[in-house]
Amino acid sequence: MTALGLFNYWAVIFLMMVGFYTLIARGNLVKKIIGLNIFQTSVFILYITMGKIAGGTAPIFVKGGEDVSYSNPIPHVLILTAIVVGVATSAVGLSLVIRIKEAFGTIEEDEIQDESL
Amino acid sequence: MVEFVDIALLVLLGITAFSIIRQKNLFAAVMMAGIYSLLSAALFVVMDAVDVAFTEAAVGAGISTILMLGTLALVGHSEHQPQHRPILPLFVVILTGAVLVYGTLDIPPFGDASNPVHHHVAPHYLEESEHEIGIPNVVTSVLASYRGYDTMGETTVIFAALVGVLLLLSLGPRPGRVASNGRATTTVRERDKAVSEEGMEEAQGDTLQVSDEENTLEDTNG
Amino acid sequence: MDDRVILRVGAKILIPFILLFALYVQFHGDYGPGGGFQAGVIFAAGFVLYGLIYGLGNVKRVLPPQAVYICSALGVLLFAGVGYVTMALGGVFLDYGVLAHDPEHGQHYGILLVELGVLITVFGVMVAVFYAFAGRGRVET
Repeated sequence: MTALGLFNYWAVIFLMMVGFYTLIARGNLVKKIIGLNIFQTSVFILYITMGKIAGGTAPIFVKGGEDVSYSNPIPHVLILTAIVVGVATSAVGLSLVIRIKEAFGTIEEDEIQDESL
Repeated sequence: MVEFVDIALLVLLGITAFSIIRQKNLFAAVMMAGIYSLLSAALFVVMDAVDVAFTEAAVGAGISTILMLGTLALVGHSEHQPQHRPILPLFVVILTGAVLVYGTLDIPPFGDASNPVHHHVAPHYLEESEHEIGIPNVVTSVLASYRGYDTMGETTVIFAALVGVLLLLSLGPRPGRVASNGRATTTVRERDKAVSEEGMEEAQGDTLQVSDEENTLEDTNG
Repeated sequence: MDDRVILRVGAKILIPFILLFALYVQFHGDYGPGGGFQAGVIFAAGFVLYGLIYGLGNVKRVLPPQAVYICSALGVLLFAGVGYVTMALGGVFLDYGVLAHDPEHGQHYGILLVELGVLITVFGVMVAVFYAFAGRGRVET
């Protein structure tokens, strides 16, 4: 597994930058939230990658397995809760988008700016 | 074999993410986001994080997609062509990415058991959990017992998020009643809010001169 | 609606198993992958599926919004309540060892109750958010 080196981290950075680009370059608010979700998931992958031990197994004890090495459970716990919190906060963002649509009649950033001038 | 699966999944994730940006139809983008979540769940299984994979598959590909689709049903599903050139964002993104890649050069290699991250409290959890808590799944014992405060905080955050959603969507003026001129349908409870919104629009100098008359009308009614 | 026979019958067959699977995930979480967060989401998914196929009005008759709101607060209260009970029994906040004579059994009870609190909150929040989004009606522009 060490042959992989830093590939996972670079892939994570690529995904992170794709999400970041969607967030700053696109004017559509729903697209921005999708970009935020891509970014968020890349952070999850970063954490889980750090917790992985080569040749390890999931941190659930097996009977009689004294010499089994387990992957680090702490990142798993952190990310497990972060996923559910992430969807809850996305819901808040999406409801803000709905209210913006009702108030301005559009969810495109530049049109909202024109309207509020 | 594991390396191969890992690389394949990461490449697929990259392709999916890239096609999400290229996609102009938001329905398609949301479905791609669901696929992205499911692929990342598969990656978590490869990385031994079965609990996380379970959650990601249920939340990311299930509930999250439904919420996005529900939003699209309300706000429409076409994205406009961006007006400005994407040069500046591209520059910012490439610069940030380059700095982050430079930062990874110091990171200890992937999967090494001697990495510092594995030498703090993790060994304690893995060795003592069986005697102190007595359940085989270490993730559950850390989640519920060792880091119970943390989980309680997360539960409270979820509850707070629900309060926010309800305040935004369930209590405000109903759609179509304030925006169009059907003011008669506004109930007494929602009137105060509607009036204050009108006040805001007036202050912005919009074409809502009728609002004063309507206010007096409503005052006599109420 | 008659042209969706496959969806309606399929959902009717699937929903009991989804709910049962959620309970399995909840109570098997100590021994395998699973726990309150996953179980809550899956349990909510059963009701969301019912709402998608049979309409919001029907699912609200099965599960009134008031009940869902109460659920989402009740779970947090249960979680914090376990913490206060452990304090009252002489331990520190969320130290489940004092819940039974044998600390290990106490941990079992504590984790069971706390996971139940997480299940109830996550279930309530997910269904309530679905109600809020689905009940918003189309915007007139």
